[in-house]
Amino acid sequence: MKRILLGAGLGVAATLALAAPAQAAKTLVYCSEGSPENFNPMVNTTGTSFDVSLPVYNNLVQFEYGGTKVVPGLAEKWEVSEDGLTYTFHLRKGVKWHSNNDFKPTRDANADDVLWSFNRQWKKDHPFHKVSGGAYDYFNDMAMPDLLKSIEKVDDYTVKFTLNKVEAPFIANLAMPFAPIQSAEYAETLQKKNQIDKIDQAPIGTGPFQFVAYQKDAVIRYKAFEPYWGGKAQLDNLVFAITPDAAVRYAKLKAGECHIVPYPNPADLEAMKKDSAITLMEQEGLNVGYLAFNVTKKPFDDVRVRRALNMAIDKKAVVDAVYQGAGVPAKNPIPPTMWSYNKEIEDYPYDPERAKKLLAEAGFPDGFETDLWAMPVQRPYNPNAKRMAEMMQADLAKVGIKAKVVQYEWGEYRKRLQAGEHQMGMLGWTGDNGDPDNFLHVLLGCEAARPGGSNIAKWCYKEFDDLVVQAKRTTDIAARTKLYEQAQVIFKEEAPWLTVAHSVVHMALSKNVVDYKMDPFGIHRFYGVDLKQ
Amino acid sequence: MLRFILTRVSLVIPTFLGVTFLTFLLIRLVPGDPIEVRVGERGIPPERLLELRHELGLDRPLWHQFLDYIGGVLQGDLGVSLVTRNSVFSEFVTLFPATLELAALAMLFATVVGLPAGIIAAVRRGSIFDHGVMGISLTGYSMPIFWWGLLLILFFSVGLGWTPVSGRLDLLYYVEPVTGFMLIDTLMAGEYGAFWSALHHLILPMIVLGTVPLAVVARMTRSAMLEVLGEDYIRTAKAKGLAGKRVIGMHALRNALIPVVTVIGLQVGTLLGGAILTETIFSWPGVGKWLIESINRRDYPALQGGVLLIATTVMTVNLLVDVLYGVLNPRIRHSR
Repeated sequence: MKRILLGAGLGVAATLALAAPAQAAKTLVYCSEGSPENFNPMVNTTGTSFDVSLPVYNNLVQFEYGGTKVVPGLAEKWEVSEDGLTYTFHLRKGVKWHSNNDFKPTRDANADDVLWSFNRQWKKDHPFHKVSGGAYDYFNDMAMPDLLKSIEKVDDYTVKFTLNKVEAPFIANLAMPFAPIQSAEYAETLQKKNQIDKIDQAPIGTGPFQFVAYQKDAVIRYKAFEPYWGGKAQLDNLVFAITPDAAVRYAKLKAGECHIVPYPNPADLEAMKKDSAITLMEQEGLNVGYLAFNVTKKPFDDVRVRRALNMAIDKKAVVDAVYQGAGVPAKNPIPPTMWSYNKEIEDYPYDPERAKKLLAEAGFPDGFETDLWAMPVQRPYNPNAKRMAEMMQADLAKVGIKAKVVQYEWGEYRKRLQAGEHQMGMLGWTGDNGDPDNFLHVLLGCEAARPGGSNIAKWCYKEFDDLVVQAKRTTDIAARTKLYEQAQVIFKEEAPWLTVAHSVVHMALSKNVVDYKMDPFGIHRFYGVDLKQ
Repeated sequence: MLRFILTRVSLVIPTFLGVTFLTFLLIRLVPGDPIEVRVGERGIPPERLLELRHELGLDRPLWHQFLDYIGGVLQGDLGVSLVTRNSVFSEFVTLFPATLELAALAMLFATVVGLPAGIIAAVRRGSIFDHGVMGISLTGYSMPIFWWGLLLILFFSVGLGWTPVSGRLDLLYYVEPVTGFMLIDTLMAGEYGAFWSALHHLILPMIVLGTVPLAVVARMTRSAMLEVLGEDYIRTAKAKGLAGKRVIGMHALRNALIPVVTVIGLQVGTLLGGAILTETIFSWPGVGKWLIESINRRDYPALQGGVLLIATTVMTVNLLVDVLYGVLNPRIRHSR
């Protein structure tokens, strides 16, 4: 630990960037796992690049620290019209922009910036649309172009969004990393200097930390933004030390070269738990790994077969072996950290005898032959699909089912599953906006059951679909919760999936880090964190 | 001499074209294109995929893309990274000094330790020292870099706290890059503390990367020396009554150096290859780590450009070695 503590005090004299007063400066070092593409979350899709932009920016609304609840951001409050089609946002006044060598802001954040930022992603003729590649993957994935009818400036501090259809998760979408507010004035300055690419490389935002410098593939430096509207961060400096290897991150934590380490090796978890200098935090990830039965193909069109398979596989043994402590068995298609998670649901027990009986009832007393697709790659919700498939294969053989494991290259694999070529296929999902709709409608609704859609069970069940579509059209959270809870009951009865596991995400922290909260979205945020000296 | 050099240079051109073609083809044979690899579970609508592919020019026939690429390369344009949208050349130039600094120190370490060890082993052939050096160099040669690196980190950095775990410079210091060589930049900025810190950070990666070349140099020096020591002129030199040190230093070493220099030159390729692993372990911001990420992200232009530039460096060094060879040994330049 000595290096960092010394660093906080003495080193500043030798530094250009860390200009805070020497004695008090608190520098938090986060050993991040990779290099960002740039500093604009609009054009990126990876957690690594979200992590580096979040300190800099604010959205209109944001997720509370450590949760999935949407709270005010640059918008102090908002109203939804009776018909659910118009959202009016009232912007916070006196919000200051960061500055750098190229840019000294002359005004506070206002409605022009909001319009500028959304139009950049939305309108193809926007002068900055093509900057940094111009592929706004998340904006498109969340169907924003279909959803948005217009965005208008009512006055300097009021913006009105009009939608084409009612979409309750819209407000949660706006809290996602892809929707930050950038400075229209900074853009104008860069345009004059003919340096428009800089907007995503030397970012200017309204967030709690101001970007200082990025040494490619090595270090990213931020300093606390004094006039931040939420109050200055307790930390004075925030440093990302890019360290791609997990074993080395752990070594750096032990040697006192960093304070917070993400994604530890599962093999190191035991040692970390025992280490008195380290706090090991864990949280169920906002994800689910599952095995989908293609209900459009025999014999999985028969619900008895699907239930039988749910009982034939020893889920706990599979999860223990494959996740090695970094996963918990799943009973619902949504993770337990998400609102509306139905705790009352009982999972199918592991009972090969009953499974056999059910199979016999369905006309397969001697079992059958089928395929079992497994991902060729490690995913956040499933560290080793091949191993999992082999264990399932062995369990299935005990009830007379001969399953052949099928693998393709990842892109091909996903395409073929979405086309519905499989009989049984493994996949999973990581939540985007923390809304149950993002799992239940996107993965199990009728709209997604079409060939090429993400409902790979190809399960279109009217009773279920009605509930999740109705929930999408309802803006009241309590009413939506009821609908989703009911939908989970139907899901379990009809068993289009074998829900396998939610992965457990770990973070290792040095003991002097205070108030760090794990983010259910798997993003790492540092506003609110403090260091004990 | 000039003709000799020209012949060597003309041989570089087909190699250069071959490397360009192979990297271009090989990375495209890896399944998944730059757009597909960043799409997660959600997938991507086919229309959008086509649109994005079109924007990146990936929808054109392969030969068309290749000709475009070659055309660009000949004009000195290596294209733009698909991920960061920066010019490939500028990214390479930013990162390459870090790799070069590390590789140069590793080579220095290998030579400074390997050469004397090889000489002494040859002179005291059959002694404990000889067996020791040969045993150690065989071990060093077969050492997996990743394991060796982690072992050293755990022992020296975590256990003893003598060296930093990873990185290039203590986070306290921020030195504006001028040459990109940390040792030079820190000195130019007059930051002696930072200079020591940079040197400190270099020790472990230098040893890890230098281990294989060290083993090679030591073994090569030993066998070359043994061969030379058996020559008639050595016996003559000894018979003339020259001091032992002079015989070894002047007469034997000079002649034994020829194969050793060749081997050192060939190690440049090994070093740059080894740098990929070493940089990953030590979070060293060089081209090795960058290339690995480019492969993962299917960043075609970055990978092609990076490999091409590295290949050019290796070819240039080999060319220099060939020329140096001629300087050291007149027989070679006169025979052609």
